[in-house]
Amino acid sequence: MVIKTEALTKKYGKLTAVDQLNLEVEEGEIFGLLGPNGAGKTTLISMLCTILKPTSGRAWVNGFDIVKEASKVRKSIGIVFQQPSVDDLLTGRENLAMHNLLFGVPRELRKQRIDEVLSIVNLEKRADDLVNTYSGGMRRRLELARGIMHHPKILFLDEPTLGLDPQTREHIWEYIQELAEKECMTVMLTTHYMEEAEQLCDRVAIIDYGKIVVLDSPQALKNKIAGDVVKLKQQNPDIDSLRKLDYVKNVQEKDGLLYLSIKDASKHLQDLLTHTGPIDFVEVRSGTLNDVFLHYTGREIREAEAEGGFWERVMKR
Amino acid sequence: MSEIEGIYAVWLREAKIYTREKERLISSVISPLLWIFAFGAGVGSTVNVISGYSYQVFIYPGIAVMAVLFTSLFYGVYIIWDRKLDFLKEVLVAPVSRASVFAGKMLGGATDAMMQGIFLLIIGIFIGVPLTPLVLIQAFLMLLLISIAMVSIGLVIGANLNSPEGFSLVINFVMWPMFFFSGALFPVSNLPAWLAGVTALNPLTYGVDALRGIILGINQFPIYYDAAIMLVFAMIAMGAGILGFRRM
Repeated sequence: MVIKTEALTKKYGKLTAVDQLNLEVEEGEIFGLLGPNGAGKTTLISMLCTILKPTSGRAWVNGFDIVKEASKVRKSIGIVFQQPSVDDLLTGRENLAMHNLLFGVPRELRKQRIDEVLSIVNLEKRADDLVNTYSGGMRRRLELARGIMHHPKILFLDEPTLGLDPQTREHIWEYIQELAEKECMTVMLTTHYMEEAEQLCDRVAIIDYGKIVVLDSPQALKNKIAGDVVKLKQQNPDIDSLRKLDYVKNVQEKDGLLYLSIKDASKHLQDLLTHTGPIDFVEVRSGTLNDVFLHYTGREIREAEAEGGFWERVMKR
Repeated sequence: MSEIEGIYAVWLREAKIYTREKERLISSVISPLLWIFAFGAGVGSTVNVISGYSYQVFIYPGIAVMAVLFTSLFYGVYIIWDRKLDFLKEVLVAPVSRASVFAGKMLGGATDAMMQGIFLLIIGIFIGVPLTPLVLIQAFLMLLLISIAMVSIGLVIGANLNSPEGFSLVINFVMWPMFFFSGALFPVSNLPAWLAGVTALNPLTYGVDALRGIILGINQFPIYYDAAIMLVFAMIAMGAGILGFRRM
């Protein structure tokens, strides 16, 4: 077990950000924490990184207690924060050199490590430019490079691709996967992008209001709530009779629309429509983690986010 | 070993940024020049000679202390900006102690202030202040001690505040009384009783007294006594700074 928490709790006054959380992460896993903003993901990661002290409960990272052995925990981990934390007034290379010193990378390895990580994230050519001339994606890559330079056992990524364009995002996913394999690193990342969790993670914990709602591999999670989703619009739906159909796993009504999780839509759609009677609109698609989130929380991840969205955070700065 | 490298890493960052921000360099050269030439020469034209020195030369040690005091105290504001822009996070999660992070920042600020100190000592040679090599070294060390104490005070305030605006407000309440009641602009030998009392409580008084003693040979207290008080004060300020950084 590389990461283990026992009833880990963090309270801010009346608000409980992380609530009696129990979690175990195996070595070499890419583990995702999925949930809307304000679900407690960042608070959880901050505690594991020893930035925040828990209100109660305990946790171990790489076998070290996060409160009593904070400095040993810090030596075992790399962190990429949600908000950029590379130094604008230094060059990329200087940022990395500073990190080498702070994390005690042996002198004879320093230059080699810098060149190594720069080439992994393709920043060799801009390494000697000031960071304030970098684009958002480049900064993110530099932070990723910095986070892995001291060869941590565990890499924490807090929203690693927030606000990046799709292309850069996919690049960063590739880097993360490559790194996890090459360095045999355990990766724990938070995200509210469904695709990110699906593509990257071996296991995903869906978090809402500081609690783990469900935890499994992305595939198993999707299977749990059936393969396909049918979205229907109808004047007076008879939900109870639809629930009784054996291939229907779940029915939810939201904003005048019906969301049905069903087994194998291609086989059962026709039969389903004979039961519903006349409809105004139908859409069929294969299930995603978003449906899983909807299934367990009754909300879509995007609306949950309206409580504290990306732009709000950008404007605050 | 790794703690020393941590201190070095934090200091190096500060030093690099200092040399890259031209505004800091220019302002730290201009303001002491104004004090020495505009204020010193202006007031000096009406004030009689004090203890055998022209007013300009008499206030020279005070001006040097003032320049170091202002730069040192104001340095604390950078810790607020660092925190606001999240640059400090990387340093705070590193496996180095907060005492080392504080030491690195403090030495960075002292470097900043002492660049100004060195510049002022060089100017002193040109305006007729009696500076021998030995005096220069002693004066440098005394200014460094003052700077270390004052940077620490600035960092304590910076570590406890969240806004740069709040910082300048608070720092003005610290800086001006410290400066005016230190005897930087007047001799402390024949003051009214209330003023003498206030200056005796001000740690900076002893810094000014020591520097004036070193450079001009005019001092009210023995220099070792001045230096001891400044040293104790600097230690207390550093201790408070380390505590402030631990809670950050």
